[in-house]
Amino acid sequence: MFSDAPRGLRLALGLTSAAVAAMLVAGCGSSGSASSAASSSGPVHLTYWAWAPGLDQVVSLWNKSHPNIQVTVEKQAQGDDLLTKVITASKAGSAPDLVQAEYQALPTLVSNNVLADISAQDGSAASTFASGIWKQVTLGTNAVYAIPQDSGPLMFYYRTDLFKKYGLTVPTTWDQFKADAEKLRAEDSSKYLTTFSANDAGLFAGLAQQAGAQWWTTSGSSWKVSLDDAATQKVASFWGGLVKEGAIDNQPMYTPAWSKALDDGTQIAWVSAVWAPGVLSSSAPSGKGKWAMAPLPQWTAGQNVTGSWGGSSTAVSADSKNKAAAAQFALWLNTDPQAVAALVKDSYVYPAATDAQTGGALATAPDYLSNQPDFYTQAAKIAATTAPAAWGPNVNTAYSAFKDAFGKAAQNRTDFLTALNTVQQTTLADMKTQGFTVSG
Amino acid sequence: MAARRVRSAPYLFIAPAVTAFTLLLAVPIGYALYLSLREMRITGLGLGPGARAERWAGLANYSAALRDHELLAGAGRVLVYGGLLVPVMLGLALVFGLLLDADRTRLRAFSRIAIFLPYAVPGVVATLLWGFLYLPTTSPGYYVLHQLGMSGPQLLQGNGMYVALANIAIWGGTGFNMIVIYTSLRSIPAELYEAARLDGASEFQIALRIKIPMVLPSLVLTFFFSLIATLQVFAEPMNLKPLTNGISSTWSPLMKVYRDAFTRGDIYSASATSVVIAFVTLAVSFGFLKLAGRRAYGEDNS
Repeated sequence: MFSDAPRGLRLALGLTSAAVAAMLVAGCGSSGSASSAASSSGPVHLTYWAWAPGLDQVVSLWNKSHPNIQVTVEKQAQGDDLLTKVITASKAGSAPDLVQAEYQALPTLVSNNVLADISAQDGSAASTFASGIWKQVTLGTNAVYAIPQDSGPLMFYYRTDLFKKYGLTVPTTWDQFKADAEKLRAEDSSKYLTTFSANDAGLFAGLAQQAGAQWWTTSGSSWKVSLDDAATQKVASFWGGLVKEGAIDNQPMYTPAWSKALDDGTQIAWVSAVWAPGVLSSSAPSGKGKWAMAPLPQWTAGQNVTGSWGGSSTAVSADSKNKAAAAQFALWLNTDPQAVAALVKDSYVYPAATDAQTGGALATAPDYLSNQPDFYTQAAKIAATTAPAAWGPNVNTAYSAFKDAFGKAAQNRTDFLTALNTVQQTTLADMKTQGFTVSG
Repeated sequence: MAARRVRSAPYLFIAPAVTAFTLLLAVPIGYALYLSLREMRITGLGLGPGARAERWAGLANYSAALRDHELLAGAGRVLVYGGLLVPVMLGLALVFGLLLDADRTRLRAFSRIAIFLPYAVPGVVATLLWGFLYLPTTSPGYYVLHQLGMSGPQLLQGNGMYVALANIAIWGGTGFNMIVIYTSLRSIPAELYEAARLDGASEFQIALRIKIPMVLPSLVLTFFFSLIATLQVFAEPMNLKPLTNGISSTWSPLMKVYRDAFTRGDIYSASATSVVIAFVTLAVSFGFLKLAGRRAYGEDNS
């Protein structure tokens, strides 16, 4: 943070290091714009904080057809930055009317009293979405805190030509996945089936969901935190075993080295989500037409379950003076056929609304996987099998603990169960320190 | 009338500085101190209005920060990093400064710019560039070694990490420190060299017996800046972190502050940790200045 400053300034900066956090936090609130009060005459104005690209075009469709409710998109940074900013703005009473929020951030936002319950306006939308997705916006209660926008069902991507060359079968179970990984190493020791990456906890969360993990649950007025439940332990020891025996690589994703490995065929498969073709086309451009998608391997043959990685929703803030109008817009944006078609086309999202997952812009396969024309038909079938996720109010703490503990375990090829236990203990201790009522 | 103008003028002159100091320094520090004594308390499930309330925490955040193993371990890592970085960087800066100052050196202006140039590269950019070079499969250096039948060291794991991080800072910082030392070398009166040469001193002896003692105050100054920069190392490990499993989110003390404030959303304990770091930085830097001041400047600080 300070390395760009002339060295002479560092003494001054040293004195202010105590103040940095305070300044940043204080500065965040200033750009928040309070919603203007609805006047009896004239249109209602709503502000919408979001990061999805091309959202202005989608919103302009709404503004044209709804002259009485005008929405302005204010571009934001993705993920944790926006989370911190919204919470701070809300404390200052100046949160926007609408905000884009990742599913795992919803309990944190609700816990900070940032979001409004819109079940009265939008509760009937439940049937538009897969039940696993809908459960994430209700937190398992009767309230509705957001409308699902996009989802990221997990799938298995692989190089068809190299699978053929090494005589590998596309795995339908994790046992086969392991056998493939080992066979590939025996055939060619310069190649790996894939890597275990500790720098994105979202993928691990999705894999645990598939196995049936429920990390945060409530009973009565207390939380139960079980990041080390039996299902997650199964997933952790499976991947830990592969890393330990050297059947897969242990280096993180999204590095230049990782892109190169995908591009030159050093890694020949990737467990990823429906949005993977976009990443592959920029990271592994020379693999175009050589990759294919298959359903995620299963724990028991014949099963049909997947988890999800990523995805976000549109929420209405508790500060909004026009909650009904905002709820109406959130529902339109994510369920109206014209709006969702524009979201797919202009914002490149994979829509959470079930009906929108085929046809329209999703009628043809992504260019990168043009060899698999029924890509989106298959993807929609897989999306319908998404297992429900159970998020809690300190997902960020758990994710950062995951990166540290699993990064270390992957690097040293040591026991993943010990790392998982560290994540559980860190998350549990954090909740207790904050004062949440926690059982177990 | 004239007397009044004289009395108000000093205040007018210092007003901008005082205003800036108050708004940009004193108020934020005061606010950070206030936050460090507060905490957020949650009741029950923490869902719904009224479930969280800010309240006084006393010194709880401080005792938690001081008892935190990760903060202590981070300080230890920074010590190792600094132990590697500061001597090498200042040693190189001194050698380069002396070489540039030697009479027989050619291409002096070009060399000076070339050595200084890395300092102008923003730390984030430098870290990303070096990160690219540290990854064995994308680095041209490793490619050459591989062609020669050798394998390079693993710089992004284990103890190699200290070398990797110190190298970025050495690359970026040597030029600046060299300029400081060189400037001070140029201000040494030429008569001293003449006298030494008449006494039969070699160039090497002149460097060792005259130049280095004469630039000692500059060395103290550059050491002082390097010490502070080391204690506050943040950008390099933060930007190298996504490339490797080897850097945790609490690798350096400032990274822990960042994690607490922006990942965990706990600005209270982040403020307390910041205050502790600022205090240690002040104590270490001024302790060093007091110690070095007597020797380097011949001052009596009693």
